[in-house]
Order: sequence, then structure tokens, then C-alpha cells
Amino acid sequence: MSIQRRDLLAAGAVTALGGLPRARAQGTQTIRIGVITDMSGPYRDTTGPGSVVLTQQAVQDFLGGGRGFQVEVLQADHQNKPDVGANIARQWFDQGVDAVVDLPTSSVALAVNQIAREKNKVHLNSGAATSDLTGAQCSPNTVHWTYDTYMLAKSTGAAIVKTGGDSWFFITADYAFGHALERDTGNFVRAQGGRVLGNARYPFPATTDFSAFLLQAQASRAKVLGLANASTDTVNCIKGAREFGLHRSMKLAALLMGVVDVKSLGLESGQGLLLTESFYWDLNDRTRALTQRVRPKNQDRPPAMVPAGCYGATLHYLKSVADMGVAAAKASGVEAVNRMKAMPCDDDAFGQGTIRADGRKIHPGYLFEVKTPGESRNPWDLYKVVATTPGEEAFRPLAEGGCPLVRS
Amino acid sequence: MDEIFGIPAPLLFGQLLLGLINGAFYAMLSLGLAVIFGLLNIVNMAHGAQFMMGAFAAWMLLAWGGIGYWWALLLSPLIVGTIGVILEKLFISKLYKLDHLYGLLLTFGLALIIEGVFRNEFGSSGLPYRIPAELSGAWDFGFMFMPVYRGWVVVAALVLCLTTWLLIEKTRLGAYLRAATENAALVQAFGVNVPRMVTLTYGAGVALAAIGGVLAAPIYSVNPQMGSNLIIVVFAVVVIGGMGSILGSILTGFTLGIVEGLTKVFWPEASATVIFVIMAIVLLARPAGLFGRK
Repeated sequence: MSIQRRDLLAAGAVTALGGLPRARAQGTQTIRIGVITDMSGPYRDTTGPGSVVLTQQAVQDFLGGGRGFQVEVLQADHQNKPDVGANIARQWFDQGVDAVVDLPTSSVALAVNQIAREKNKVHLNSGAATSDLTGAQCSPNTVHWTYDTYMLAKSTGAAIVKTGGDSWFFITADYAFGHALERDTGNFVRAQGGRVLGNARYPFPATTDFSAFLLQAQASRAKVLGLANASTDTVNCIKGAREFGLHRSMKLAALLMGVVDVKSLGLESGQGLLLTESFYWDLNDRTRALTQRVRPKNQDRPPAMVPAGCYGATLHYLKSVADMGVAAAKASGVEAVNRMKAMPCDDDAFGQGTIRADGRKIHPGYLFEVKTPGESRNPWDLYKVVATTPGEEAFRPLAEGGCPLVRS
Repeated sequence: MDEIFGIPAPLLFGQLLLGLINGAFYAMLSLGLAVIFGLLNIVNMAHGAQFMMGAFAAWMLLAWGGIGYWWALLLSPLIVGTIGVILEKLFISKLYKLDHLYGLLLTFGLALIIEGVFRNEFGSSGLPYRIPAELSGAWDFGFMFMPVYRGWVVVAALVLCLTTWLLIEKTRLGAYLRAATENAALVQAFGVNVPRMVTLTYGAGVALAAIGGVLAAPIYSVNPQMGSNLIIVVFAVVVIGGMGSILGSILTGFTLGIVEGLTKVFWPEASATVIFVIMAIVLLARPAGLFGRK
């Protein structure tokens, strides 16, 4: 049994990416945007096809009035593998793609981050969580739009410490994202006088059963179980925690959780959980208007946070391209990103905001509580807002990130 | 509190028990693989997908037909087993005369297609399936909190494994099956319909995977990739136990579940690799596996 299916998949994927850019008739200028995302793995429902739909929506909303240039949107599946993602990005950049969008899975994002810089293209990140993208590994070619581990840690972590959860045990996905989330949350817990009693780092994505780690958490006698993971893993952890009675003695802190995960968990098991997002479809009139436009194309679902980030980032990028001229934007990714940083942002998903020198997009973060089945009025009515953190406080202060672009 | 190797004893007992529960799933799945490989000589790479289909069948029965867990435990293996029979008739039966590799590639392709179809239809984030009311709740053992449902999984898996083993090793039907593996032409000369028997055996192996899927549905989120995470480990279990050895795969399944459980305590990061390390060692020392005949 020497053939591993994942190797076969990897080999197949690079050749069968589907949308390699085709040669187009010359004349009108074309901006090419490639969505690199998880089409087949655990993050498919929180990113994947939704990210493609929302990127296309941004193009459609932007081009509505006719702008004198064309925009082509491509898509590819990185399968959560840094090597596959890096290959796709390299190939696309060499074939004239100007910007890549989404890049969930921090390990893949960090790999592509290097390539975008090397080729002087644009990296609009929505899906990855690691705060290193605007910290030690920041790049003049990158905008990190939607959220990051620092924001999640600060909002959810601080809220739980405030309610008396001052000793923590972490169950952590053993890769860049889990490590960053555990580190950032641990820092907040300690800063507020709390303690981290231990952690269990499990192999990602090869783990389905978390009961062994749940039992270790229980034995630690910590008051809070911090889940430094995402998607199906988080759902399986919460299910298991209820099964093994952890919720009687411990609070659960799902540090990265979204509407799709809550939907999959069900309100019965999910009610009362605290979580942080920077976008929710039912937040205000503008988010509801966007939802109405997108929903029919998005399998009749409201957009999730990461796809909404693809919308905001793509729209702002296209505005900057229009502002500086297509030729100049194509010539230099750094210049395009500089123009994005110079212009104020405004879109239906995130409202008004700015992009900082380190590439961090600034907008508010929302602490939500999952509704009880009785409170929910329709199938996607899942959250109530508990607290809003203004943009200036939601993210890591510019000076603390250690981004080399800022120091100079 | 007593400690063993620096770990509190209660925690260790708890982990051993959990290892046994995971081992139950490994045993059930590797049993189906061993039956299919032993009697058909097919390396069934679609086994994980069929496990997943079992779980989805249970979910569909409940969500669309209002049919609960206990009926699903019976109906889901029948439905998925029938699909298995159709696959065998249409595709797999054409490959018996060829090298193993063709069967492996065919079933691998089938697995990718099945998982892709489910992913397109149901997404990747999973669907909720509740623990049946009769089996919810938990026992407090003092050293750990044991969910009733997990205990039921171990019992169900043991019964299933023993029944299958008895059926193949101790009954006349099992004797026919084993004889047909040795010399199909001769058994056919005695008036036994060998092709039909082989088809039904494949269906039965697939049904075993589906039962595993139904048992797993309330514990894990029902999602299209739930089988693919498990299947590679299960193959390692089969290889360690000895390809085609029924008893070997049962014993190895439970044992490796426990070994993996202990690894999760002492070195969590290595828990996905430990089984493959054991596999490598076993292959070097006993290429036919621990229970393999030559």
C-alpha cells in the first residue's frame, strides 16, 4: 500500500487545475484575479466556492458602470497543501495573473506570500488566520483583509477571561494557524492575570477523534477549554466535549468558528457559545443588501465571513487599479498595494475602513453569542451581537507586530 | 493519586478505554477489507467512501424519511451493500483476472468520484446527527466520564466481528467461500454458483463498512471526507494484521487503537504516524503480517 491517495491528488491537481488563463484577444486591457482556495477539504464550506462567488460579485458590482478594462476571475484548489498552493500561484503569476485572492490555511498563505513578493504581484488574503502575515512575515505585496488570530484571541479570549475563565487548556491543530492562535490567545490570558495549564497538539488534518485530548483537558482541571482549530475539527471537539461531560466543569472557547460551523453543529449543541467574526450577513442594511444580491448564486446561503472578505478586498483592489491605471497596476504589485493603502476603503460587507502600512485591513470585530433554538427566527438566524470592538482596538497595534516594513 | 510514567493512573485508564473505542472502528473497517481481500483478492480503496455512505444513508433516512437510528442500523447497510453489489457487477467483476493494482486503481477512482459527488451535494462542513435517546447520557466511572453511546459502539463492534469470524471459519457457507478462494473452478464443478457468492461477499464487506458509518454518525460530524481520514490507517491495520486474515485484522484493529490512544497521551504530535512506524517494523520483520499465512 505504498500509494498514498493524497500524493496522487497532489500530482493530479497541479496538472488539472482547470482554469489556466487562456490567451485573450488583444485590445482592451484585462486584470486577472485568481482565487486560490480550499475546494475539496475541510475548509471548503467556509471558503471555497463561496469565495469564488463573492469575488465575482465584487467584479460585477465594480464593472456595473463600465470601466474601460476587463476583469477575469480564475479559480483553483490548493487542497490545504503549501506546495500545491505555491505551484498554482507561481504558474499563474508567470502566465499573467495580477492578483491572488483568499488563500485560506495559514501554511499555504505564508508560502504564497513569498512568491507574490518575489514576482511583484498582489496577494489579497481573506481566508488565512495567522497574524504573522502582517507581523514577522509581512510583505509590501500583501493585504490581510478579514481577520487574524490576534483579533480572535483578543475578542473571544478577553471576553471569557472577564467572566472568570482564568485557567486554560488548549487543543491545537499542529500547524502554523493553530500555533499562532494558541500563542496569541495565551498571551491575552496571561496579560489579564490568567494561566495556561497545558495543551495538546494534534496532527492536522489526519485526526477525527478528539476524545483523548478532551480527556487530557478534563484532567488538567482548567476552567476553559480553548479550541485553537477550525471547521470540522472544532465541531467534532464541541460534540465530544458535550459527550464526555466537559461542558459541566469547563467553558468552551471556540476561537475560530463561523456561521457554517454553527449550522453544522446545530443550535441545540451550539447555543450560548461565544465567537468572534468581522462579518455577519444580518449585521446591518448594507450587509443584508449584499446578502440579497449574492444569495441566489451562493446555493441559497448567505455569505460567510471569509467570502465576504474576498468581496471587500477585490472591490478595493479594483478601485485602486482604476485610480492608478491598469498598466501601472499590472506593472508593479507593490505600487498597487501602496495605492490600496493610500485610499480609504468602503464596501457593503465591512463598511468604511483603512489599510495599515503593514498590510492589515482595519475594521471592527464583533463578539457574537450563538442563539438558542427558541430565539432563532429563520434557518440562518444564528447570532446576536454581544460586543463590538472598534477597528483601532480590534487588531494588534502597528508597533507590536515586528513587521520590518514598519520599523524603517 | 498513583502515577504511571508520570501520567495519573485514572487518565491512563481513560485513554486505554478510548483507544479501545477507536480500535473498535479500526477492527470493523479492517474486517470488511480483510473479507473482501481474502475472498476476492481486491484491495477495496472505496471502503472509506462506503463507510461515509453508511453514515449519510442514516442521516438521509432520518432527515428525509423520519426513520430513526435503530432502523438505520439495519437499512443503511442493506442500501449501501446493494450499491456495492451493483458496483461489483458493473466494474469490479471485470478485474478478477488482472493484477491487484487494477482493482486498487478502480476502487480508488470510485472513492474519489463518490466523495466528490457527496461534497458537491452536501458541502464539506458536515451534518448533525443526534445520539439516539436510549443511548445518550454517560456513566461516571470515577476515573472518567464514559458516554453510554461509546460503550455501545465497542459492544456492537465486538459482536459484529465475532459473528463474521464465526460465519467464515465455522459454517458451511464459510467453508464454501474459503474453498472458492483456493480453487474456484473446482467448487463451481460441485454446483456452487461461485460468481454470485463472490458478488454477495463484496456486498457483505461493503455492508460492514456501512454499519461502521452508522455507528460513527452520532459521534463525528457526518461529512464527505470522514472516511478518507480513516481509510489509510485502516489499510495499515490490515497490512500489520496480515492481508486477508480475518482474526488478524480484528485483533490488530483493537490493539492499534490502544497503541494510538497511548501515543496521544505521551506524544500527541506523533499519534498520526505511530501506526505507520509499527507497519514498517512489522513489514521488515514479518512481511506477511502478524497473522498472515506465508
